[in-house]
Amino acid sequence: MIKRLLTVLMALMLAGPVMAQSGPLRLTITDGVIEPITFAVPSFEAETPAAQQAASDISRLVVQDLAGTGLFREVPATAFISQISSFVQPVAFADWRAINAQALIVGAVTVNGDQLTVKFRLYDVFSGQELGQGLQFAGTTAGWRRMGHKVADAVYSRITGEGGYFDSRVVFVSETGPKDNRQKRLAIMDFDGANVQFLTDSSSIVLAPRFSPSGDRVLYTSFESGFPRINVLNVANVDRQQLQTAPGEMAFSPRFSRDGRQVIYSLSNGGNTDIYRTDLATGQHVRLTSAPSIETAPSLSPDGSQIVFESDRSGNQQLYIMSANGGEARRISFGEGRYGTPVWSPRGDLVAFTKQNAGRFHIGVMRTDGSEERLLTSSFLDEGPTWSPNGRVIMFSRETQGAAGTSSMYSVDISGRNLKAVPLPSGASDPSWGPLQP
Amino acid sequence: MTLFKTTAVVLLVLATAACTNPDRFGAGRDGGAGAGANAGMGVGMAGSASDPTSPLFFNQTIGDRVLFAVDSSTITPAGQTILDGQAQWLLTNADYRAVIEGHADEQGTREYNLALGQRRANAVREYLVSRGVPSSRLQVTSFGKERPIAICSEESCYAQNRRAVTVLSFSAMTS
Repeated sequence: MIKRLLTVLMALMLAGPVMAQSGPLRLTITDGVIEPITFAVPSFEAETPAAQQAASDISRLVVQDLAGTGLFREVPATAFISQISSFVQPVAFADWRAINAQALIVGAVTVNGDQLTVKFRLYDVFSGQELGQGLQFAGTTAGWRRMGHKVADAVYSRITGEGGYFDSRVVFVSETGPKDNRQKRLAIMDFDGANVQFLTDSSSIVLAPRFSPSGDRVLYTSFESGFPRINVLNVANVDRQQLQTAPGEMAFSPRFSRDGRQVIYSLSNGGNTDIYRTDLATGQHVRLTSAPSIETAPSLSPDGSQIVFESDRSGNQQLYIMSANGGEARRISFGEGRYGTPVWSPRGDLVAFTKQNAGRFHIGVMRTDGSEERLLTSSFLDEGPTWSPNGRVIMFSRETQGAAGTSSMYSVDISGRNLKAVPLPSGASDPSWGPLQP
Repeated sequence: MTLFKTTAVVLLVLATAACTNPDRFGAGRDGGAGAGANAGMGVGMAGSASDPTSPLFFNQTIGDRVLFAVDSSTITPAGQTILDGQAQWLLTNADYRAVIEGHADEQGTREYNLALGQRRANAVREYLVSRGVPSSRLQVTSFGKERPIAICSEESCYAQNRRAVTVLSFSAMTS
């Protein structure tokens, strides 16, 4: 849908002398407290009369995305000394330095019929240089949010040196109704809660959807047969197929392998729950654990060589890592309380989990050897973390206490900062964050 | 052996963000999300509570459910008494089958509670089989924490939700 055209503008030269800043515009994301980068986004220029609204909307979305990370702080338009009336006019850097805007994002939007084009330039104000080259995205007017997210992703990426996550989608369970008659439907949204679309009706319980690595399919657990079974749903046409399960067996907690060809999941039979792997093309399945305890919530390492999972073999829920082919497992969680729902980070260095201790639930992260455990949240009931595509943010479910309790989704940085609710009109749970869209 | 059976009608829709109708299903089908949990498959309330061959007698006089301690699937002495009654009833009324539904309270993660509910339902199944009920007449499933019957966030409610319910069915089992 979106093609990338490189607008050749000016040569990229970062060698020039630096003024107020101690170096080129750069933000290294660390776990410590950081000073946000200040940025200004003059409303994007409308290059055609029909582009007025889109130009304004896209500029605001870029601001919202960047400021929403907590890593950037907007310098409001009321502080501006000079205005940007044209995408091609030279930038009066002194005017932007004077209001302490470290980054300046200038853009222009063109609308022809239902076709929309947005281009932008990112300036490092204090070194008086353009950071990267001008970039242009084209798509439909209805897809304007994606183009705004693409601009914000490019800015985020150029300044932090890491991949972005704004042009991504999240599949989740939409919830309505009271706790004893809750209606659950599979739904998909943009990462920021916009563009919600339903993927199933509410005729049976659906749980814990999981995106495929490319975002084309979703695995989820469905009760349409009265027994938990795993469905594979095609996101584009909502066609769904059921993973074959023998009578008397329950299948749940699925995840795709990194190549999208296999599913690892839990199978319960005779009171015992173990982890299996099934090849989607051949139907061949392999049992990976065989303990009398509950083994569930498997998640593969990014290189596909290992699986982190939860087991109560020690007497209560703890986290373990084993080879992707099964075999001996080593326990990695040793703190107080119970640990569940481990998810390997896309960078491979961390495992996110749900921790239950002393009547509270927490979302946390630890290194894959179990060290450096860090709790990011605390509430009556937090659970089910999922990673942003760049491994910097975690989204999860939070259920409130009591008979009127409802579920919402929240996101938090892995530093523990920037906790915020995903704005949605109804209840939501079990998020699974998909990849950055092409 | 085919891996998949297709269960859905193919709906062709736009995959792009330009999709105009966010809800291609209209309203959910008559809010039937509760189907399955304690639905009794249509026989739950049949007959009279004083008729010992009626499902109502089973559900109310004997008791269709047993309760569990936190994170436990051990049948309590009180539970054994109820299950002894259930077994006797099932042996007398040989035309009935049952699906045993395991449940958990909300104090646990979703997947674990599904597995825990399965463990509870299976403990009931094994007990009934040990009392002579043919295993072919008993199936187990688990709803984890998805179908609480008491909704406060206190032990008085949690205790009712940590349950395994024996749901009678007159027809042949399907899965």
